[in-house]
Amino acid sequence: MSGFGSFTHAVVRALPQSLAKEALRTGSLEVDLLKAQEEHDKYVSVLKHRLGLEVVELPADEALPDCVFVEDAAVVCGDTALITRPGAESRRKETEAMKAALTELGLSIVEMTDESATLDGGDVLFTGREFFVGLSMRTNQRGAEILADAFKDYAVSTVPVQDRLHLKSFCSMAGPGLIAIGASEAAQKALKIMQQMSDHNYDKLTLPDDLAANCVYMNLPSKGDSALRLLLQVFEKLKDHMLIPVSNQEKVKVDGALTCCSVLRI
Amino acid sequence: MKMVVCHVTLLDGSQFSCEVEKRAKGQYLFFQVCDHLNLLEKDYFGLSFKDNAEQRCWLDVTKEIKRQIRNSQWQFVFSVKFYPPDPSQLTEDITRYLLCLQLRQDIASGRLPCSFVTHALLGSYTLQGELGDHDPEEHRLDYISDFQFAPNQTKELEEKVVELHKSHRGMTPAQADAQFLENAKKLSMYGVDLHHAKDSEGVDIMLGVCSNGLLIYKDRLRINRFAWPKILKISYKRSNFYIKIRPGEAEQFESTVGFKLPNHRAAKRVWKVCVEHHTFFRLVSPEQPTKTKFLTLGSKFRYSGRTQAQTRQASSLIDRPAPAFQRTSSKRISRSLDGAPVVNVSDYSQADGAGENSPALELNSDSKSQQVEVMERPNADAATSITSETAFETDGAGAPQRKSKLRVQGENIYVRHSNLMLEDLDKTQEDVLKHQASISELKRSFMEATPEPRPSQWDKHLTGSPATTLRLQTHGVPQNTPPRPGTDSRDASKSAEVKPEGNEVIEVVEETVVIEEVVKAKPKSSTPEASVPVETEVKEERSLSSDSESEDEAEYHAQPPSTSISTQQIKEEPEEEQEAELSQQAPPSAIESQPSAEAADPGPAAEEEKAAQPHEEERTDKPLLTPDEAPNGHAPQGEAPPSPQTAAADEEEPHIVNGSASRVETEHLPQVICCSEPPVVKTEMVTISDTFAAQKTEISTKEVPIVHTETKTITYEAAQLDGNGDGEPGVLMTAQTITSESLCTTTTTHITKTLKGGQSETRIEKRIVITGDSDIDHDQALAQAIKEAKEQHPDMSVTRVVVHKETELAEDED
Repeated sequence: MSGFGSFTHAVVRALPQSLAKEALRTGSLEVDLLKAQEEHDKYVSVLKHRLGLEVVELPADEALPDCVFVEDAAVVCGDTALITRPGAESRRKETEAMKAALTELGLSIVEMTDESATLDGGDVLFTGREFFVGLSMRTNQRGAEILADAFKDYAVSTVPVQDRLHLKSFCSMAGPGLIAIGASEAAQKALKIMQQMSDHNYDKLTLPDDLAANCVYMNLPSKGDSALRLLLQVFEKLKDHMLIPVSNQEKVKVDGALTCCSVLRI
Repeated sequence: MKMVVCHVTLLDGSQFSCEVEKRAKGQYLFFQVCDHLNLLEKDYFGLSFKDNAEQRCWLDVTKEIKRQIRNSQWQFVFSVKFYPPDPSQLTEDITRYLLCLQLRQDIASGRLPCSFVTHALLGSYTLQGELGDHDPEEHRLDYISDFQFAPNQTKELEEKVVELHKSHRGMTPAQADAQFLENAKKLSMYGVDLHHAKDSEGVDIMLGVCSNGLLIYKDRLRINRFAWPKILKISYKRSNFYIKIRPGEAEQFESTVGFKLPNHRAAKRVWKVCVEHHTFFRLVSPEQPTKTKFLTLGSKFRYSGRTQAQTRQASSLIDRPAPAFQRTSSKRISRSLDGAPVVNVSDYSQADGAGENSPALELNSDSKSQQVEVMERPNADAATSITSETAFETDGAGAPQRKSKLRVQGENIYVRHSNLMLEDLDKTQEDVLKHQASISELKRSFMEATPEPRPSQWDKHLTGSPATTLRLQTHGVPQNTPPRPGTDSRDASKSAEVKPEGNEVIEVVEETVVIEEVVKAKPKSSTPEASVPVETEVKEERSLSSDSESEDEAEYHAQPPSTSISTQQIKEEPEEEQEAELSQQAPPSAIESQPSAEAADPGPAAEEEKAAQPHEEERTDKPLLTPDEAPNGHAPQGEAPPSPQTAAADEEEPHIVNGSASRVETEHLPQVICCSEPPVVKTEMVTISDTFAAQKTEISTKEVPIVHTETKTITYEAAQLDGNGDGEPGVLMTAQTITSESLCTTTTTHITKTLKGGQSETRIEKRIVITGDSDIDHDQALAQAIKEAKEQHPDMSVTRVVVHKETELAEDED
C-alpha cells in the first residue's frame, strides 16, 4: 500500500465538438462546450503543471463523442493495462487510441476480446489491495472475469450497481485504505457489499453528494498527498491532503466524473 | 505387532519411509515425519492420503491410520494444512522454509494464481534462497531451467527471474524466504482451500475456506464472503453444505445458505475443513470432545490439534539453536509436482487467518445420525414456551406430537431461515393455519428467539455441559413454588454422529431434510384440514425453504408415506438413526389458563396420565409426510389435542414463555425419562423418501445414487397443561447453546431462560445425534441418553421425547 497513488504518467484525451450534442447521457442537459473545454484544460493543466505528471494527450475524435472519458477504455494496475470493451457500442473504438498510447508507455497489454464481455473502467475500483467491479449497465460478469484474469494477484469482487451509471459514480479512493463514498442509498448499499466482501478494513469518507465522492487521489513524491476534488467541505477533513479543486460542471452533464478523464500509471 | 511401512512424500519431493504398527494412530506417523524434518512448529502441517475415490483427505492424527485409509496404500503426503496469515510470526526459519516449499508447489501447479510480475519476483527469491547470489560465471541462463516458477513458464519469465535474482545480492537464504513469503501472503488466493460446489440454483461456484472465513467464487470472481464471525453454524447433510448466518444489522433473522457439493463425501470434506480452520484460526483452544459415556455410537469430528494461538504460544518457548537444514534444489520441486503429491485443488484445505477468539460457531455435521432431543423444563414455566406452538397445533387438531417433530426437524436441519420463511408461509398457507394469532406468536418467538450461541460458553461447556445445565435447572426448578416465573431451560440437543471407522459409512441421510420436504409438500397441497402436525411442519417448512433453496421441493416430496408405526418406547424404534427429542417440562401445575379449550383439557389429563402412566396415545402421522396426504391431521386424537405444550418452540423460540403454572412435578419428569413411563402422546411418522431427486441437480447422472430413506418420527409427550403458553410471550433472559461431542456422539444443549410475568422458566433441550450402522444399538444409546439427561437434571421433568429415525433402505453410493 505504500506505493498507492504514486503515479508518473497520465493519459487524457481532448474534447470533441460532438460531445455537446452526441455524447451519451442519462439526463438531458445542454452542455456548454466552451465552458467544458475550459474545465478540461484546467484539469489537464493541474495534472501536468501542478502535479508534475507526464501527460499524454490524445487527440479528439469527432466520431467518438465520449472519447474524453478515457478512464472507461483501460484499466491500468502495475505493469499491466487491460484494454476494455466498453459497454456502450458507440464507444468501442475509443480503446484503439488508448491501446496505442499505453503500449507506447511500455505497459504489457491485455485485451478483452471476448465478444460477450463488457467492461467500463468507471466500474473498476482498485483499492490498492483488491478490485471491486461494479456490475452495471455497462459492465457484465464476463468483463469482470477477464479483469480478474488480467490481474491475478488481486481478489476481484463484484458489486451490483443500481440506479447509477458506474460504480465510481459514487465512490473512489481518497487515500490509501480510504474510500470516499456518496451518501445516497445506492452508494451506501454498495459500500456495505464492498465491506462484506473484503478481508481488509477500509476507512470511509462519506460525502453528501455522490458526485463529490468521485475524486482522484495521488501520492506523489514531490507533492505529498493530493486529491482532485469537487467539494471542499468534507474533504477538508483530509488535513494532510493537498486539495485541488477542479470544476467539472459541464462534463457532469454527460455523466463524466473526475476520474473519467485520465488513466494514470505508476 | 504387525508393522507396516509408510511412505511419505515430503515438501521437497523426497520420500520418507518409516515403519509403524498397523494399528498406529495418525499422530505417530506425523510425529515421525516431523522428527525427521526437525520441525517443531508442526501444527501448520498435516499428512494427507488419497482415498478410494482419488480424493485427498487429511489424516486425522487422533485416529488409527488404518481405519482412515481403508484399503488405500500407505502412501502419504506431508503438506501445509493451515497457511499462517503472517509467516513472519513463525518462530523458526525451518518452518518458513517448508512453507516456501509448499507455496512453490502451489504456484507451479497453478493453485495459487499470480501475475507475471509476481511469478518473476517470487521466482527470484527462490533462486536466491536456493542458490545464493547470482554468479555470472556459474549461472548461465540455463541454470534455472530446473526450477518451475509458474504453471506455464516462458523464456521471458525466466529472463525476468534472472534479472531480479541479480538484484538480491547479499540476501541470505532465510531473508530470501522471508521476502518470498511476504509477497506470497498478499496473493488473494493464499491459503484458500477451494472446493467445487453449486449454489442453490445449480450454478457452478467454488467454496474457498481460509483463515478468515468462507469465500464464494464464481469463476475467478469473488461473489460473496462470510467471515467466521458472521457464521453461526456450519453443517452438511447428504451432499449439501450449509452455513447459518448471523443476522446483519438490518436483518432480524438468521438465515442459512446452502451449497451443493458433488457428493456426500465432498460435503463432509468441506465441512471438516471449515471446522478445522475455524477452530485453528478463530478459537483460542479447540473444543473439547464431550465424553458421553453411554452413547457409544458415532463420533463427531472436531479439530483436536492446537490452534494457531496455542501453537504460537508454544513456539515462543522454542529454545534451540536454529537447526541447520539442507535446502533442496528446485529439481525436486518440479518432480513433486508431477508426482503423487498433491495438487488437487479441491482437496486441500489451507488456511490463513487471524486467530481471534470468539467461538460463535456451531459446527454440526449430520450424517446419518440419531438425534435425540431432550427437553427438560423446569416445572413452572416450561409450558410457556410451548404455548405458542400449541396454538399451531390446535389448528391441526391436537397434534402436539408433530410439533415436536417439527422442532426436531428444525434443529436437525441446520438450514433454517427462520423469519423469512415464516412470513411466506403465512401467506401461502393461511388455510392450513387457522389460527393466525398463534402464527404471529410464533413469528415473534422465532424472531426473538434466535439465540446466538455464546462463544465463550461453547468451549467450556462441551465437556462441562452437565454442570451448566444443572445451574439452569436449579433456577427453573422451583418445584411447587406456585407462581414461579417459568424458566425455560432448553436442553440442547445432543447430536452425535457415529462414524464407525470410516467416515463415509456414517453418511446418513438426515431425517430432517425429509421432514422438511414433507412439510413443503403439504403446503402445496394446501389441504386446509391439515392436522396439527401439518401445521407444525409448516413452520419448519418456512425455515427450510428459506434456507435451503437448494433443495427443491420437488426433489424431496416423493415419499410414499409408508407405515406409520406407533411405538411406545423409544428403544424399540430406533434403528439406524434416531433422533430423539426428550423434553422435560416441569409441568406447570397451576395453569393460568387462557387455554384454549383444548389446552385446558389436555393439561390435567396429561398429568394424570403421567402419574398413572396414562395410556399413551399414539398418533401416527404416517402419511403426513406425503405432501398431499399430509394435510389431514389427525385430529385430536386421544390426546388432549393440542396441548399447548409444544415443546417445539424451544429450540428456536425459547422466549416464548407462557406458562405460568408453576408446579413442578418432578415425579413426572423422571418417569417420562425412563421411557418406561409412557409419555402421554406418541406420534410416529414414517417417511420413505427417495432422495434421488434431490441429488439430481448436483450430480452427474452416473453418479447419482438412489437413496431410499425411511424416516420415522416418534414423539412422546407428557401431557401437561401448558395452557398458559399462549399468554404473553415472556422475556428471553438468556439462551445458550452448547455442543459437545464425544467420539461417537454429538450433543447439543440449548438452554433458554425466559422471564415471564415475574416467573422465570428454564428450558433445556438436548439433541443427540447418533449415527451409525445397524450394528449400533440405537435403542440402548437412546435409553442411555435419556437416562443421563434425567440424572443430570433431577429437578426437571421430561416433557417430551421425540425420536426421529432415518434409515437408508438402499445404499448410498457417494
